[in-house]
Amino acid sequence: MTTTAGSAERLPPALRTEALEQLLTERGLIDPKAMNGLITTYETNIGPLNGAKVVARAWTDPEYRRRLLEDGTAAIDELGFGGFQGEHIVVVENTATSHNVVVCTLCSCYPWPVLGLPPSWYKDPAYRARVVKEPRAVLSEMGLELADDVRITVHDSTSEVRWLVLPEQPPGTEHLTEEELVPLVTRDAMVGVAKVAAP
Amino acid sequence: MSAPLDIEGPAAPPRSNGELVFAEPWESRAFGMAVTLYDAGVFTWPEFQAALIARITTWEAAGEGEPYSYYGLWLAALEDVLTSVRAVSTDEVITRARSLAQRPPGHDH
Repeated sequence: MTTTAGSAERLPPALRTEALEQLLTERGLIDPKAMNGLITTYETNIGPLNGAKVVARAWTDPEYRRRLLEDGTAAIDELGFGGFQGEHIVVVENTATSHNVVVCTLCSCYPWPVLGLPPSWYKDPAYRARVVKEPRAVLSEMGLELADDVRITVHDSTSEVRWLVLPEQPPGTEHLTEEELVPLVTRDAMVGVAKVAAP
Repeated sequence: MSAPLDIEGPAAPPRSNGELVFAEPWESRAFGMAVTLYDAGVFTWPEFQAALIARITTWEAAGEGEPYSYYGLWLAALEDVLTSVRAVSTDEVITRARSLAQRPPGHDH
């Protein structure tokens, strides 16, 4: 059979994916059942909850906060989160005068073990290109208005370094316990496109 | 321009802010295959990543044309890597996909 790139592109991706999965299964390279488990884990278990636990610990434990900012990978590993793609995580702190936001301009590098799978906008070419050039405008469009005197730093993730933003603890939540703070922390806040709101 | 950004609503608690990561089931299968094959040592992550970046770069350079599909490019990158390590060739995938397309409607998945 002769094929051309043009006609190949017209095959629906669902069909193409199914064909590839069949071939890989027949060759013993993948086990569809094990793969189901892996997908579920990424979709539901890893999620941003791990990252939220890291942030809540840092808010309530100054010693942990210090370790986290010094060596993100080791401090996150202390809580039992690590592994795939998460070898070098650098944590940057948002303050009243300094704001950090994360992007991967090349593709979609992302700290999976703490934040789960990247959201669709993170992978979007418009976000990847524009947040570097005009971060204040992009953040504003996403609902985060920053005062003009707040310095914005854009961090570009790579295969070597993944960034995690330690958001500011919302005012009025100082009396909350670590467990009570966890559900307040959102993925968007840990990418730096939102602030954490008080309950 | 900002349409893809608009789908993201106000911040929500972590367990509910995992917006639909996969728009269609095949996207999760394409994702799962790449991670499973990486885990099994069929290719290294940098190899896959380089292929994905190459596909994205090509898409961006093409300008107008195919609408952006992240997992479409992901799948193409996966086929590129599998072809280069001689695990499965793109031609084999196309042949199989065409024969799957011949199935009568209503076939059981």
